[in-house]
Amino acid sequence: MAVRLGEIRLRRYPLGPGMILVWVLAALGMGVAVYRWIYGLGATTNLSDGRPWGLWISFDMMSGIGLAAGAFTVAAVVYIFNLKKFYPIVRATILTGFISYTLAALTLMVDLSQPQRIWHLIIYWNIHSPLFEIGWCVMLYLTVLALEFSPVLFDALNWKVPLKIIRAITIPLIIAGVTLSTMHQSTLGTMLTILPDKIHPLFYSRLFPLYFYLTAIAAGLAMTVFESFHSSRTYGYPFEIKMLSKLVKGIPWVLGIYFVIRLAELFITGKYLYLLQGGAPAVMFIIEMVGGVLVPILYFSDPNTRNDVHGITWGAFFTMGGLILNRVNAALIFMDGSFYLPSWQELAVTVGLTCLGLIMFDAAVRFLPMFPEPTPKAVKRL
Amino acid sequence: MPISRRDFLKVTGAGLGALALPAAPVSASTTEIATDATASMLYDSTICVGCRACQVACKRRAGLPPDVDPSGLYEMPHDLDSKTWTIIKLYKDQNSDSFVKNQCMHCIHPACVSVCPVGALEKLESGPVIYHRERCIGCRYCMAACPFSVPKTEWEKPLPFIQKCDFCADLQANGEQPKCSEACPTGALIYGTRKAMLDIARGRLVGEGNYVQHIYGETEAGGTSMVYISDLDFTKLGFPEQSDVSLPDITWPYMQGTLGVIGVMVTLSTAIYLRTHRKDKNGNNGNNGSNGNNQPPKGKEA
Repeated sequence: MAVRLGEIRLRRYPLGPGMILVWVLAALGMGVAVYRWIYGLGATTNLSDGRPWGLWISFDMMSGIGLAAGAFTVAAVVYIFNLKKFYPIVRATILTGFISYTLAALTLMVDLSQPQRIWHLIIYWNIHSPLFEIGWCVMLYLTVLALEFSPVLFDALNWKVPLKIIRAITIPLIIAGVTLSTMHQSTLGTMLTILPDKIHPLFYSRLFPLYFYLTAIAAGLAMTVFESFHSSRTYGYPFEIKMLSKLVKGIPWVLGIYFVIRLAELFITGKYLYLLQGGAPAVMFIIEMVGGVLVPILYFSDPNTRNDVHGITWGAFFTMGGLILNRVNAALIFMDGSFYLPSWQELAVTVGLTCLGLIMFDAAVRFLPMFPEPTPKAVKRL
Repeated sequence: MPISRRDFLKVTGAGLGALALPAAPVSASTTEIATDATASMLYDSTICVGCRACQVACKRRAGLPPDVDPSGLYEMPHDLDSKTWTIIKLYKDQNSDSFVKNQCMHCIHPACVSVCPVGALEKLESGPVIYHRERCIGCRYCMAACPFSVPKTEWEKPLPFIQKCDFCADLQANGEQPKCSEACPTGALIYGTRKAMLDIARGRLVGEGNYVQHIYGETEAGGTSMVYISDLDFTKLGFPEQSDVSLPDITWPYMQGTLGVIGVMVTLSTAIYLRTHRKDKNGNNGNNGSNGNNQPPKGKEA
């Protein structure tokens, strides 16, 4: 389909004030990252002996990987559950996953005290460590995602043979992706289970692995709504509301199970007493559970809001915000330690990496056949 | 806070036992036998006079630079940090005062050793928890996971390592005792096997003196090599209210479950794949996804 390639090359780059800002912020973030590598964490962050993990771990790593769960969920829905009607969003979702994991790896390179030794994960093993498992899963899953995404590239370059090879192993790749994701999404929760006395009881749970897995699935699906919203707003692709509204129908189920188990745990263990005590933990818990769980359930259960562009987008924002709040509450705000607010350098790297992700996504949308059948409408608007 | 977290966690542990994967309870008898002979130190805060000979001896033997004030004179460090492996602190209120020594507790079941992804921390059978800096990638998980917040890092350096007390493992291997206990002039800090230290501690608790009837470190976090007795409440001396759970025992069952997760997810995905694609072969419109109407598009398999 040489014609398609030609059409795609023509796609206008959305160069406006917004996009210029994105480029500037990305450049600033990269600059600060280089500065941090030269002068160290002490000179650039507000981290301290009493607060060894800050914004980069709780937000960029834990939330970023959680939000990238759409890649394995949608891949499973399409290829394992054989619900082909969702095929049009597969490529964009897998790309988002690939970018998110790349960003998580980059964040790790900024956050590690000895980033040049990240390869030590390969040669020094400690099977007791949740982080060891996460490290391996992320390495392998990045490879899987790259392979899952490679057909788009081969398609654009019109390389027939590699395309054939990848197509032949698609299903094993998808199954590997689902398995690796299940492992590390839940293990991110396991990572925090070893802190029973440091994380506030309202946010600590032995069921972290289950909670992290369920919320990642919900937020990953919500992320696909956000991607479509972005693609339609920026590139004039049609907002696939009918398809997306069917996809997000799953979210109330997943979040519903999560909500019930978490509340049940609260009462079975007697932790609800902390709610009655009030204070910041109780308030944040209620905000997290209502704003990040109940509100999305309501948004996506009601066909009226679900089939409305604003309704579905807001629902997605609440779901994603709920996951971020959950991770930040457990791994930062309500984890014992010294007072901490991120430094401007930490914020600059976080914002910069997010902008870098946007740039990568937009480059792919511009140069690659991201949406398998470019509709005549979309082509016309270029 | 009316509810103490320590009391609370006991309730939580009991309640969750049925609900979650429970941490395998460590049988007390096996732990006792395994740990009786390990190296240990007893610190009795009622004897310590705060001379800080231990602190100086530690810096000298570990080659740690002294803290200096702006004019270059030596100054007291304020807390454990990358240049201070042990420190003597003073607690004081209107009625009472007491010194207390901080250093790595050398847990029987160290969280730091269990969480380190590259195995840079190691629990020696003889007792010490030691650090292999050549392996460290600097994730700082040990710092976050340590219930006593002991591992510190060299924030001011571009490529920082972890710093913490190594219990003079090299000296112990030569049959010597750690420099801090060797330097102690009053006997507030003594060195021996864990059984001997606990026996002495128990003896003092029932003898004269106004001791709090608790040996800190006997059961905290599953037991530590450093054990403490005092006539003041341990929270006043800065010790955390630590549950008795052996922390690595919380995560290990989940890690062991990984193989199960792999098995279940691969089997389940394959089974669902085979089932949803069976219709294709019968020519039963499996290709266009219209068969999906009877299945809600959930992303959740397990």
